[in-house]
This record gives sequence, C-alpha cells and structure tokens, in this order.
Amino acid sequence: MASDAHGTPLGADAAEHGHGAGLAHHFDSYEQQKDSATLGMWTFLVTEILFFGGLFAAYGVYRSLYPEAFRASSHTLSIQLGTFNTVVLIASSLTMALAVRGGQTGKGKLAAALLVLTLILGSVFLVVKGFEYHEKFVEHHVPGASFHFEGPDALHAQLFFSLYFLMTGLHALHMVIGIVLVAYVAKRAWGGAYTPENHNFLEGTGLYWHFVDLVWIFLFPLLYLIGRH
Amino acid sequence: MPAHVQPLKVYFGVFLALMAFTALTVSAAFVNLGPANTFVALGIAAAKATLVILYFMHVKGNTKLVPVVILSGLFFLFLLFLFLAADYGTRGWLGVPGR
Repeated sequence: MASDAHGTPLGADAAEHGHGAGLAHHFDSYEQQKDSATLGMWTFLVTEILFFGGLFAAYGVYRSLYPEAFRASSHTLSIQLGTFNTVVLIASSLTMALAVRGGQTGKGKLAAALLVLTLILGSVFLVVKGFEYHEKFVEHHVPGASFHFEGPDALHAQLFFSLYFLMTGLHALHMVIGIVLVAYVAKRAWGGAYTPENHNFLEGTGLYWHFVDLVWIFLFPLLYLIGRH
Repeated sequence: MPAHVQPLKVYFGVFLALMAFTALTVSAAFVNLGPANTFVALGIAAAKATLVILYFMHVKGNTKLVPVVILSGLFFLFLLFLFLAADYGTRGWLGVPGR
C-alpha cells in the first residue's frame, strides 16, 4: 500500500482526515484542487502562446517587408487540404470537449471512446499534413540548396516556406505529443480513473488539445489564405 | 449533475459556429477588400479562438484567475507586436541607410 512521508498508509490518512480518494493531502477541497490544476495548466499554455507568438511576430515582420513573395508562396499551398484539415481539427476539439464532459459526468467508457475518436481525427490531420509536406518536397519548395520557385522574388519566398515549415512543423510536434497524451488518458478513462470530483488530468489534456486547435485557427488564414482574390 | 457541466447543445452550437466561421473566412479570402482582407481574416480567427477558449476550454464559469493569467500573457504578446511594429514601421524615416 502507498504511504505518505510519515509512513502512514494513504488510505488510512485519507480516512482520518475525512478527505476522499483522489484528493491530495495539501488541498482543502476538490474545488480548490481543480482550480489549482486549471490555473497551472493555463500558466503553461500562456508560455506556449508566447512561444508561438514569437514565430507569428517573425511572420508579421517578413510579410510586411516582402508581401509579393508571401502572396505568391501562399498560392502554392492547397486551400482544399488546408480547409479539410481545419474542419478535422475543429471536429477533434468537439470530441475532446465532449470527452471531458464525459469525465465530468462520470461516464468513463464514453469519455474513452470519444478520446479514441479524437486521436483518430488528430492522426488524419497529421497524415494530410504529411501529404502536403511530400508535395512541397517534390516541387522543391523546401528552403535550402535545392529550392526552386517560379514566382516573383524567389529569394524571399524561401522566408515564407521557412516559416511555413517551422510553424506547421512545431504545430505538428504538439499534435504528436497531444496524441500520445490522449491515448494515455483514454486508457485511464476506460479503467474508470476519472470521477466527477477529480478528472483534472483529463481536463488538462483537453486544454492542451484545444490550445493546439487555437494555434491552427490562426495559422490557417495566415498561411493558406493570403491574397487569393 | 455538478453545476459546471455545460449542456450538450452548447458544445454542438459552438462547433456549428466554428464551422460557419471557417466557411466565412475561406469565402472572404476570395473577395478583394484591399488591405482589410488580413484584418477580416484575423478578426474571424479571433472570434473562433474566443469561442474555443470560453466554451471548449471552460474559461466561462471558471475561477476568475484564469482570464487574468490569459490576458496578462496576451498583454505581453501585444507589447512584442507593438514594439516590433514601431521598429520596422519607422525604419527609413531618418533617410540614413540602416537607421
């Protein structure tokens, strides 16, 4: 049996203090525990916002300096695939939000099923992204020695594609981490680990997943939809 | 049922709104609005982000500390954009190369 620092079994400790399973000793109530977890997760997400914010700032600077190169480069991206992926990712956010609701209402099996659906949708997004990357490699639109671009200002078109690969690549890395987390949480949810009182890990994973969706909501118009008229 | 559980219709309503905004932003990209195109696209993205944050991420109805943390982060992001714009926007005003 697990025990705390004083060698008291945790179960006995919980019974003595009158707090239930799933409530850590240093919290007064489930509500306080949940608020702390939420606040901690948001603090992390704010650092992530600033992390991606630096890339968006670089994008803003170079787009304002070389608008023609950015416009021409953006036209080489597939608006159909971009829109499809946007729909897939927003749908995965819905299934994630519903999975968290399943945790809130004590429906672990339903939450697990919705989490599996979420990671399937996330995987679809990554597969489509993979096909898009493949096309960029075939067309020599990857910055570097073999870069080739027919449009105006090919030199600065490389800046667009550098930012494209950096921003979507970093976003995709977050998706891979998210998919691993979702798979783990799905397994735990199926085993009944989450109760209406404490499903903080599930909720935190949900916040992370929605954050990844938020980044894409801004990436999509800025990368795919420039100067289409 | 605990008080903080949102009704299902909220989730599906937000999802439909996000889909409508996606259709709107793709359509708007094909209309020539001049420089306003970028701001329309960013405005729609901000509206979508607000819906996700408030309803999918449960910031609405949560402890008030959360919006404080988010807005403080966004404030520093705003400072980054502001000073970058002030720098790049005013280069060349002195007529000296590189200044």
